[in-house]
Amino acid sequence: MTDLFHYPFFVNAFIAALLSSISCGILGSYIVSRRLVFISGGISHASFGGVGIAYFLGLPPILGATAFSVITSVGIHHFSRKHRLREDSLIGIFWSLGMAVGIIFIFLTPGYAVNLNAYLFGDILTVSTTELWLLGALAITVLIFFILLFKEIQLIAFDEVYARSRGLAVDLFSITLLVLISLTIVFNIRTVGIILVMSLLTLPQVTANLFCKRFSAMTFWAVVIAIVDTLLGLFISFQLSIPSGASIIFCAASIYVLCASIIWIKKKRNAPAI
Amino acid sequence: MTTLIQIEDLSVGYSPDNVILKNINLTVKKGDYIGIIGPNGGGKTTLLRAILGLLTPQSGHIHYHFTGNRSAKAQMGYMPQQRQIDPNFPITVRDLILGGFCEASQVGKRLCSEQKRQATKLMEQLGILPIQNQCIGELSGGQQQRTFLARALVNSPTVLLLDEPDTFVDSGFVQSFYDLLDQLNRELTILLVSHDLGMIAPHIKSVACINGDLHFHDNGEITQEILDSYACPIQLISHGPVAHRVLRDHDQVKDIQSP
Repeated sequence: MTDLFHYPFFVNAFIAALLSSISCGILGSYIVSRRLVFISGGISHASFGGVGIAYFLGLPPILGATAFSVITSVGIHHFSRKHRLREDSLIGIFWSLGMAVGIIFIFLTPGYAVNLNAYLFGDILTVSTTELWLLGALAITVLIFFILLFKEIQLIAFDEVYARSRGLAVDLFSITLLVLISLTIVFNIRTVGIILVMSLLTLPQVTANLFCKRFSAMTFWAVVIAIVDTLLGLFISFQLSIPSGASIIFCAASIYVLCASIIWIKKKRNAPAI
Repeated sequence: MTTLIQIEDLSVGYSPDNVILKNINLTVKKGDYIGIIGPNGGGKTTLLRAILGLLTPQSGHIHYHFTGNRSAKAQMGYMPQQRQIDPNFPITVRDLILGGFCEASQVGKRLCSEQKRQATKLMEQLGILPIQNQCIGELSGGQQQRTFLARALVNSPTVLLLDEPDTFVDSGFVQSFYDLLDQLNRELTILLVSHDLGMIAPHIKSVACINGDLHFHDNGEITQEILDSYACPIQLISHGPVAHRVLRDHDQVKDIQSP
């Protein structure tokens, strides 16, 4: 297995998996606790519109994807809060509109066949050094943000109305976190892809939530579990020559089912016989 | 007595066409224990949220006359309705109560050991210290109620604002909860929103009836006027352990009085 580390592309993939796990693990805890999973789905799919426009204009796809995902997250937050529109309807609109715009512009781009699969399902083995720097900067930003403001983030995630009554700038916190979520999603499109990135923001966290009673513990263990999920998925994808994104998510889901089963069996055993 | 909060000609709503409270006036004095009652949608919670600064007035003013250096928001202890809480959230009783120390001027600052000691002392007083490491979803209604009360109290507020604190709680617990509030009222000013006039009647000192407008009744007694503005059928009002009286539905009461 150590032979794999002789390949520079594998080393890059290994580092990408570690860095993705930090940002996804931490932000995913906030997403799961505050029930933002489907906003995250909307953000990731809408980013495809940016990819399409960037291709059409000859710009780096990550630039378009970042712009689209930030606009989507802030847009959903703004319209649902200030104009009292239904949040799930807004998510549906941004989600499908982004995909449609992406497909239209990629279709209109002359003479260039885009590898759509790499965006939709990710390919961690092709991660570049620049993308690693972006992932690293993001992981450090998210880590510092959560360490410094943990008690405020926990309060806002748990009880927004009370947090407002304490004078906290809830909207500023929410929007900053949504922007960080958008960046995390865009930077992770390379690792697991648009369609699967939601799982990396959900599965390690719900697995941690099975045995954690505290938000801080859940956040820490979500990162650990995300590292296990991504590295295991990476090795399996390499050994079996299957797509990395799907392999990572399959590992994450299997580990969740395994942990949930163990806890269920333990509870059954400990329950007094009737 | 010192005035703490003065509400003048306040109108609040969620949009210009949706005004919930119209031109209301209320003075909250030190040591008050005001029961805020009224029908659903009458604006009880809206009034509490306006006082807490969660809603911007469409017209009128709220003046706060608190002493000390802390902001008005920092000096108000709020216990929201428990139905807006996610019971699956991973948070222990202790962490939840420590959340009461969050305030605008303390963002990013770590909790000091004195604050942690204060939380422990309060949990001991409220009888929830043994469950401090339990998750919020594992608690009974009564334990949850005390946990949220502890969060509202932990930062030594001047005024305590409670929004329907007895929802989802067994009647046995409700009684001891209101006895506890009576004790707290010796030091604290309390504003209590309730749908259960009968339950709070023996405890409160004055009543504010809210149904779009506000009628204030200086003493805690329930009069016909209160029942009229309450606009809800009330079956039973219990005063203390012995005396209680049974009232008919409002329509019938009005029919009898009308000639």
